Amino acid sequence: MERGRRGQGFVALFMLGCLLFNYPLLEIFERPVTVVGVPLVYAYLFGAWALLIAAAAWIARRMD
Amino acid sequence: MLQSWLVILLSFGYIGLLFAIAWHADQRAGGARSLISHPMVYSLSLAVYATAWTFYGSVGRAAHDGVGFLPIYIGPTLMVLLGWFVLRKMIRVAKVARITSLADFVASRYGKSALVGALVTVIAVIGILPYISLQLKAVASSFQILLQYPEVVVPQKAASLPFLDVTAFYVAMFMALFAIAFGTRHLDVGERHEGLVAAIAFESLVKLVAFVAVGVYVTFVLYAGPGDIFGRAAAQPGLSRLMKPFAAEGALANWVWMTVLSMFAILFLPRQFQVAVIENVDERHVKTAVWAFPLYMLAINVFVLPIALGGLLAFPQGVDPDSFVLTLPMAHHSEAITLLVFVGGISAATGMVIVETVALSTMVCNHLVLPLVLRLRRDGRAISGDYTRFLLTVRRGAIVAILLLGYFYFVAAGEAYALVSIGLISFAAVAQLAPAFLLGLYWKGGTRNGAVAALATGFAIWLYTLLLPAFARSGWSGMQLVANGPFGIELLKPTALFGLAGLDPITHAMIWSMIGNLAAYLGVSLAGRPGAVELAQANLFVDVFRQAGERPPSWRSTTSAAALQSLLGRFLGEARAAELLRAYALARGHKSTQGLVPGADLLHFAELQLAGTIGAASAHAMVATVAQEEPLDIDQVMTIIDEASHVLAYSRELEDKQRELESATTSLKAANEQLKELDRLKDDFISTVTHELRTPLTSIRAFSEILHDNPDLDPADRQRFLALVIKESERLTRLINQVLDLAKLESGLAEWHTAELDLREIVCDAVSATSQIFKTRGVSIDAQLPDRTPRILADRDRVMQVMLNLLSNAVKFCAEGRGRVRVRLAEEPGALRVEVEDNGIGIDPEHQALIFEKFRQVGDTLTDKPAGTGLGLAICREIVARLGGRLWVRSRPGEGSVFSFTVPLRVAAAARPAPATAQDA
Repeated sequence: MERGRRGQGFVALFMLGCLLFNYPLLEIFERPVTVVGVPLVYAYLFGAWALLIAAAAWIARRMD
Repeated sequence: MLQSWLVILLSFGYIGLLFAIAWHADQRAGGARSLISHPMVYSLSLAVYATAWTFYGSVGRAAHDGVGFLPIYIGPTLMVLLGWFVLRKMIRVAKVARITSLADFVASRYGKSALVGALVTVIAVIGILPYISLQLKAVASSFQILLQYPEVVVPQKAASLPFLDVTAFYVAMFMALFAIAFGTRHLDVGERHEGLVAAIAFESLVKLVAFVAVGVYVTFVLYAGPGDIFGRAAAQPGLSRLMKPFAAEGALANWVWMTVLSMFAILFLPRQFQVAVIENVDERHVKTAVWAFPLYMLAINVFVLPIALGGLLAFPQGVDPDSFVLTLPMAHHSEAITLLVFVGGISAATGMVIVETVALSTMVCNHLVLPLVLRLRRDGRAISGDYTRFLLTVRRGAIVAILLLGYFYFVAAGEAYALVSIGLISFAAVAQLAPAFLLGLYWKGGTRNGAVAALATGFAIWLYTLLLPAFARSGWSGMQLVANGPFGIELLKPTALFGLAGLDPITHAMIWSMIGNLAAYLGVSLAGRPGAVELAQANLFVDVFRQAGERPPSWRSTTSAAALQSLLGRFLGEARAAELLRAYALARGHKSTQGLVPGADLLHFAELQLAGTIGAASAHAMVATVAQEEPLDIDQVMTIIDEASHVLAYSRELEDKQRELESATTSLKAANEQLKELDRLKDDFISTVTHELRTPLTSIRAFSEILHDNPDLDPADRQRFLALVIKESERLTRLINQVLDLAKLESGLAEWHTAELDLREIVCDAVSATSQIFKTRGVSIDAQLPDRTPRILADRDRVMQVMLNLLSNAVKFCAEGRGRVRVRLAEEPGALRVEVEDNGIGIDPEHQALIFEKFRQVGDTLTDKPAGTGLGLAICREIVARLGGRLWVRSRPGEGSVFSFTVPLRVAAAARPAPATAQDA
């Protein structure tokens, strides 16, 4: 029961991911701004991706 | 200098290393020290997803439109996040049902259907051919480019490289050899290949290291970091558009559809299914893969854009962006990096080709060739000979055939497209499995016919909208049709079906094929109903986490253990078959296989073992050939039908029961609330009653004590005190009587002697009964009665009780000497109304509702002596309510009050047909 409930964090992450990598956020971040020389939209894409992975690792760890 | 012999030597040396790893892993297979029993190895083996397309093609795609390469990896990231639910369920099902391949999985779900298995196999093989040709193209080109070292000779059209076709052919044949050597050395039980998985995981590491190495080299050695590259690219007018990737028309729609497409691909590419589901040794590994596999993909993509932009900056034109990974270090004479990249590319391509062809060959063998062979042998002849060699030969032949077809596709169409575009065509093909597969995993209503319709429709649309244009584009055939539509009908143009234009061809094909696929699946499934086997399999798949233990055997026939052993021997080898049956016998307490009772259990066991090698559909058919089918008589048929319908009826019943339970729970809750409220009221009542009882008791006790302690009391006082004691005792008696009366009335236990009555008589009797009190207090009373009224049905004593109560109340609150009470009786529609009007002190509006409650007496209880018990009006209202009427008051303080009640005429008789037997006089 407890394990099943914790696994639901992955579903929440999935939904978050569906929002992050979608209209309109992608369009919002497409601005002529750079982060350490990298265009904002690319920094956002990889940053959000890394964030999802870190959150997934955290949830997986808590399930042990 | 990089000589061709050096490159070839390096390639074969690398392959040799892979074989060593595979051999080592196979030696330790199955044991506790198994190489692949680590979750990281599982995660790395999933990275077989990253092929030559990733290794070379991502950079090409990034150079073309900036972000187009990313959804291919973000989609799987999202899908793998659901892996703990979806992927784990697939693994569990595959273990329970002994699934051997993707086609086997879908076929098993839909009643072990041979047709579904064959259809999935055809779709997978034809769909994957472009993908395999992509790997051949990538390796062949990289080899040819490398041979030109140090010169970078890569025209936009890779085809103009000398001998590319020939190189590709050799590459195809060598890969076929690797695949055969890795995947089909012997027949594995359950199609597990530990050595192969270990080699694949190692290759995943190599390609990651190689790509990251070249990424670091380009970004930090050739340029001064990512900021430098992006800054220079932004300054170039031709490249600045890559800084705003979503600004292009349709870019977002393409992005979303590519993401969806890739989500399906990570589950339904045959090689992904093979490593993620079939080769999985422990479903807990999924928990690690959920983050480790996305991390791998992130790592291998970080440097894609810097390399792409670096390449575009270094080679303004004339170099195919698909080759930047290789040509950038070449151009800067970095031999070590160049060779590392080459080996990484080989890793990516061989890993994909080996696993893909092994998975496809299993499907071709089990779902195309075997069913055909079985059909040919159906005509009475028993199956003879050793089939293990036959199966291996079929699989090896299938591997060679698939690679040859991939090569032909490369020659026919491969050169017209960039690497990524070729791969996406394959993605779109396997995505056609998604509705039948995923819905089948969660919805029991999907039927075999629905799956067949969905697969056929989706695949047909894919052929028409993607494969046909691909061939046409390479000038092979159908150019006319693609340009103008069939018979010149514009609306049916393959690349702009029904006028849907302006999208990427892949997006366009996905939209139409998914609509057709899903509509066919749902429509046909809902129109028909599943058969008994389909239903059983649907339950097995959908409810896999709720089931424990083995499935019940479905066999209704018997055969000898020897016959089964010989059957198993043909497919698994004699020694293996004997060993399996011996283990089976031992587990059931027999000394040898001789003791085995031929029966359904044994047949089921044999079917499971066979399914682990040749798939569920074929295994079922094989066992059927040796099983002495007991002819089903009508009774048995009825039993089977009964069982099926029982299951259906039972589940419906369960649903009904659940609904009933829910509503029962709701009403129980409500009843409980009511009970609690009643309990509280009862407590209030008891405390009030005891309080009321104590008042007269206290006076009685006080006066008795005075009399007791003062024997020489003045006789007049003594008389007065005794009178008070008597009066208080009477009051106490009255109170107790009334409490009992009220309790009886409220509980419905009171006796009612219903009879036909004339209400005028009762009013007259009540007036004359109270006339003495009126006289005493000097209050006048007059009654206004009509000449005649309809008779009513009621209890005379009870109505009398109400009248007396109202009259005594009226006289009680009138001023002595000038009081006047009027009693009126009138007929109104359906009822008689009695009014008792006085000109007494009246009642405050806020008290008018309270006086009917128990123990409510209006007035200052501190100064006024309590004039009654406080129960009279409560009893009256109860009685009137029981008669079906109403009791109420109108009053103004200082002007008097009017108490009225009604007694219904007919309703009383109809609603209360109480036995009018015990009549009062």
